[in-house]
Amino acid sequence: MISARGLRKAFGDFEAVKGIDVEVRRGEAFGFLGPNGAGKSSTMRMIASVSPVSSGELRILGMDPATDGPAIRGRLGVCPQEDTLDNELNVFDNLYIYGRYFGIDRATCRERAQELLEFAQITDKAKAKVEDLSGGMKRRLTIARSLINNPDLLLLDEPTTGLDPQARHVLWDQLFRLKQAGVTLVITTHYMDEAEQLCDRLVVMDKGLIAAEGSPRQLIDAHSTREVAELRFGVGEHEALAEKIEDLGERIEVLPDRLLVYSDHGEDVVTAVLDRGLHPIATLVRRSTLEDVFLRLTGRSLAD
Amino acid sequence: MALVEGIPAPLTPAAATKVLVLRNYVVYKDAWKLFITGFLEPVFYLFSIGIGVGQLIDTFEFHGEAIPYAEFVAPAMLATSAFNGALLDSTYNVFFKMKYEKLYDQMLATPLSTGDIARGEITWGLMRGSVYSAAFLVVMALMGLTHSWWAVLALPAAILIAFAFSAVCMAVTTWMTSWQDFDKITLAQMPLFLFSATFFPVEAFGDGVLRWVVEATPLYRGVVLCRELTTGVITWESAISVVYLVVMGILGLLVVRRRLDKLLLT
Repeated sequence: MISARGLRKAFGDFEAVKGIDVEVRRGEAFGFLGPNGAGKSSTMRMIASVSPVSSGELRILGMDPATDGPAIRGRLGVCPQEDTLDNELNVFDNLYIYGRYFGIDRATCRERAQELLEFAQITDKAKAKVEDLSGGMKRRLTIARSLINNPDLLLLDEPTTGLDPQARHVLWDQLFRLKQAGVTLVITTHYMDEAEQLCDRLVVMDKGLIAAEGSPRQLIDAHSTREVAELRFGVGEHEALAEKIEDLGERIEVLPDRLLVYSDHGEDVVTAVLDRGLHPIATLVRRSTLEDVFLRLTGRSLAD
Repeated sequence: MALVEGIPAPLTPAAATKVLVLRNYVVYKDAWKLFITGFLEPVFYLFSIGIGVGQLIDTFEFHGEAIPYAEFVAPAMLATSAFNGALLDSTYNVFFKMKYEKLYDQMLATPLSTGDIARGEITWGLMRGSVYSAAFLVVMALMGLTHSWWAVLALPAAILIAFAFSAVCMAVTTWMTSWQDFDKITLAQMPLFLFSATFFPVEAFGDGVLRWVVEATPLYRGVVLCRELTTGVITWESAISVVYLVVMGILGLLVVRRRLDKLLLT
């Protein structure tokens, strides 16, 4: 569906994407993870065929965006980061008119708009103004709108940012249903739970490059341990204590409020710590998550 | 959810223009009252100046023919109504859609191109200007201010004026960065309106450079074109005006397209 080789995007002297290789296959859910400024959105815009490629090769659905932009866009659904709805049109017309931009005939457009209102669970808001919708409803409308042309490939740029937990779960459920229906999904996010929930495969981007690639499970296996023991001691003690238990895990990380010991056997770490006469205020043994991988690869400092 | 079979064929330029006009029509179909002010403005000028002030003025000479002052002012108001209608949509509204609504970004996520957007929006501006002009032309005819069957051609002339200004104003708008910049539009709009031989003949500028400058401005070309048509005194100047306005519109259209490419496809 998507194939990129040495893909670059430069804005003047600034290089947002510094040469990435990506392959997205039909029917999969593919994620771009990365901190702000990692180059995710620039990559998405190039895939959406609205941003010319600076260098490298990019093929979407086997076509070149430089020459076949309209044909590619006709088969894409794009859900941008911000809800760019048409505020001068009501909810129904947002779907209907948008469908007409694709050259879909009137009757089909009307029928699709009605179906999508149901899909987005906003049928009773059909005649409402966009500005009267809640944040969650706007988001669902934006996603519904991106489906008006029954896209083969759906691009979602941070689909659940700013939504409450209920709305996020409804959306995840809807995205999962789309995937079941055979739609290829490409998602950018910085929510790790979202990536774990939705993505079959993902890349972690950092500073315009791909830092790691694989399924969530593979990434955890490759870049973290099976478990993490979190040990909380008194404030200010962590630095000194870290040296005493360094040998217990594969890796140890000192945070202001706790120590993270990366090990395949977290409980054993805790037992060993207690055996050494150390008494943490609190302990927690958990499985490694994508978040551990992400922070390992992109660092804990703020990107911007 | 049912899946639609196949992919719709990409829109032809004509179909794309139609869809964009449809979008604007849907927005305005419930706001038709907004059109009334645009229509009334030139009518008020016609009554206050053409007829009111006109009472103080004896018959008037245009291309050697004696005509009442109202007949002199009316075609200028016709041209101005096309000018104002086109300007309104292609400046303020375009800026709002581009900067705040991000409407064109939405459109570019679909098979629509920047060329389609340029054509669609200019066509809408042109149509808005034309509606004002058509209504005004009816008023002129009812008041007996048209003097020849040539006046029928004043409508296409007004449409041409709307096209030329729509295109150029939209092009200028692509360089605007804030609402303050629109002061410059007003600054250009007022003198064009007042000095394009709208209320007094161009001969008043004497025979110097100033007159030559006025004759080279676009609204003057539109005014003179409409005036020759409604009074029935056609000269070679009409041909110049037509060519002038056509070229102006096409240049504007090309610039708009290039600018949208540069601004939106980054």
